[in-house]
Amino acid sequence: MDKALYISSSPHIHSGVTTNKIMRLVIYALLPAIAVAVVFFGLPALKVLLICTLGCVACEALCCKLMKQPLSINDGSAVLTGILLALNLPPSSPWWLALLGAAIAIVIGKMIFGGLGYNPFNPALVARVVLLISFPVQMTSWTAPAPLSMGFDAVSSATPLGEMKSAVMLTGQLPEMATSGFDRYFYGLMAGSLGEVSALVLLLGGLFLIFKRVISWHIPVSFIGSVVVMAGIFWLIDPTRYPSPLFHLLTGGLMLGVFFMATDMVTSPITAKGMLIFGCGCGLLTVLIRLFGGYPEGVSFAILLMNATTPLIDRYTKAEIYGGHNHETGGVQ
Amino acid sequence: MKLPTFPGGIHPPDNKATTAGKAIVNCPLPNELIVPMLQHIGAPAECCVTVGQQVAKGEQIGTAVGPVSVPIHAPTSGEVIAIEPRLHPVGRPLPAVVIRPDGDERWHEGLQACDPDSLNPDELRQLLRQAGIVGLGGATFPTHIKLSPPPDRRIDTLIINGVECEPYLTGDHRLMLEEGSTIVDGILILRKILGVDRVILAIENNKSDAIAVMRQLCTATPIQVQPLPVKYPQGAEKQLIEAVTGRQVPSGKLPMDCGAVVQNVGTAAAVNTAVHLGRPLVERITTVTGTGVRSPKNLRVAIGTPLTHLIEQCGGFSDDPGKIILGGPMMGNSQISLEVPVIRGTSGLLVLRQQDISVKKPGPCIRCGQCVKVCPIHLQPTVIALCARLGLVEKADSHNALDCIECGCCTYQCPATLPLVQSIREIKGAIMEHKRKH
Repeated sequence: MDKALYISSSPHIHSGVTTNKIMRLVIYALLPAIAVAVVFFGLPALKVLLICTLGCVACEALCCKLMKQPLSINDGSAVLTGILLALNLPPSSPWWLALLGAAIAIVIGKMIFGGLGYNPFNPALVARVVLLISFPVQMTSWTAPAPLSMGFDAVSSATPLGEMKSAVMLTGQLPEMATSGFDRYFYGLMAGSLGEVSALVLLLGGLFLIFKRVISWHIPVSFIGSVVVMAGIFWLIDPTRYPSPLFHLLTGGLMLGVFFMATDMVTSPITAKGMLIFGCGCGLLTVLIRLFGGYPEGVSFAILLMNATTPLIDRYTKAEIYGGHNHETGGVQ
Repeated sequence: MKLPTFPGGIHPPDNKATTAGKAIVNCPLPNELIVPMLQHIGAPAECCVTVGQQVAKGEQIGTAVGPVSVPIHAPTSGEVIAIEPRLHPVGRPLPAVVIRPDGDERWHEGLQACDPDSLNPDELRQLLRQAGIVGLGGATFPTHIKLSPPPDRRIDTLIINGVECEPYLTGDHRLMLEEGSTIVDGILILRKILGVDRVILAIENNKSDAIAVMRQLCTATPIQVQPLPVKYPQGAEKQLIEAVTGRQVPSGKLPMDCGAVVQNVGTAAAVNTAVHLGRPLVERITTVTGTGVRSPKNLRVAIGTPLTHLIEQCGGFSDDPGKIILGGPMMGNSQISLEVPVIRGTSGLLVLRQQDISVKKPGPCIRCGQCVKVCPIHLQPTVIALCARLGLVEKADSHNALDCIECGCCTYQCPATLPLVQSIREIKGAIMEHKRKH
């Protein structure tokens, strides 16, 4: 016994699942979506991904230095925010837009609140929405996916949700693309942000996260479920004006939002019941915004609005404790 | 068929294979036994021998003080060579009687075997108290008190705890395999004292051999063997009651308030020894295990045996020890020295090597909700721990901090490696303090 004994209070073992490992698993789950984005949109997509990721890491490092805090970039959350931001941007985004987005996500979305764990809103979505409102032209310049092209001859194209919205506004009727041929949306042959193209790979990534128990099923299931119910009600009312639930599920940022944005742990409830309420709220708002809002896509707004309700949801969904009556308490949330 | 269990909990690697197949062996006596006067929850016993006195095995060397207390007995025959404070597993020196064994193992003459059928419940309770029987699962609560419900509490279920949910520990498992009939006889005595019809022996199904053995032994008895799925902390009293009966112990109350009494299998065996053989509690089964010991074993150890002696009996350290833990890795106490003795609550001696210990710097809470999900009491550990860090005593109380059973699931699971249960433990102390003052 040459070395001193280590003393600590129990427990003396740990599951081994750390924050860093969770971030890594989420990044792995996004790799197929990243690959599809690069294959479909070519070098411009890769450029956006790199600028966003490096931009986020650099901004976080800078903030840590300015805030005189220990460097936190090793926890993997800045890289993840960068990837998620890139997946929320059009492939044709200019470099400055991507970089500005990274700065907004990290500085305004996260670090001014105190860094990881303290931000009330999903940082990548904060950046996306700020950019969408400030630079509507650049944020809605879509290019058609062209598998394996090098991106020099990008053809501009509308997103399915955008096309649907303008057709309905002009004619009061759903265009044909919103009533049939959904398989191409499932595989990802549509215009959109980097991470909006293939519902299939996002679904796979999401299932991987649930299987690995990184995220629980509550938010994805309640989110998708409420989209299906809400969209289904309107579709049944008037199928010529409102698209089917399947169209809603396969287009836009829904799958990305369901599995990767709404499930962001920091900004979603910690109780199982709270997660169900949160997911339902996201789905409800998404469909309402898509059908009746000014923007064709509502996932980001829906999630951000629900982020704002998270502390309240947590407070009112506290489980009854073992053997007791839940005394109502003020929340330290 | 789906096995009953409780909500929440975790599945740590059980690491029981190292010792599960190893039969219990008697640990030889050391050169000196250090017998603390505090080996149970309650008031310490008062020493009743003098230095130089010869004592016989099983002779009282400490008398019980007050109702919540039990006497202490000499674990072997020999000479009292010192009565002084010695380092105790709690981490500080406490009064102890030091005995040098004479090697004769001469039993005290006053001890006599009894027929449980000839004694009434009160006499049996008194007998168990005099024999120093306490809960051997680790909590060491005096057994006679748990067997004395006030007249207005109707007890209808006796649960025998053979769960052994702490990783690494296999003492109860081996005891069921090797001395099942002793356990059964002890259970029947406990049943008689409580006057209950329903007796359930709960065993997790990672001990299928023990389930089979106990089923066999219980066939002609009213004892029902109930397999449970493997999950920590299923052996915790409240969780076991919930798993087996579906009832919950009311917050701030005792198991008897929901009609149940829980006793450990080791306690049942000790009860039988106390009644049928008239022998007090002077030894116990301790699992000596972990990567840090060369040949891990299940030992029958005389109370008071220093840990150094146990390590020697198990081939010494395999490498530089990093952490010495009494009990299991989830709720055991890390020790500052190997000079401390085995006491009645020492279910295991776990040695981890230097390289097994990783000290991670806690990160910020990412609100993943894992602690909420695993908490078997349905608390929000991260919120209570935050109150603790901010010193918000009343707020922590309003979040039911006092209901925490300190099982450690939250800390085990926390990806930010925050010391959640440790913070809750601290604030619980502060809440109690606060309540005393107001």
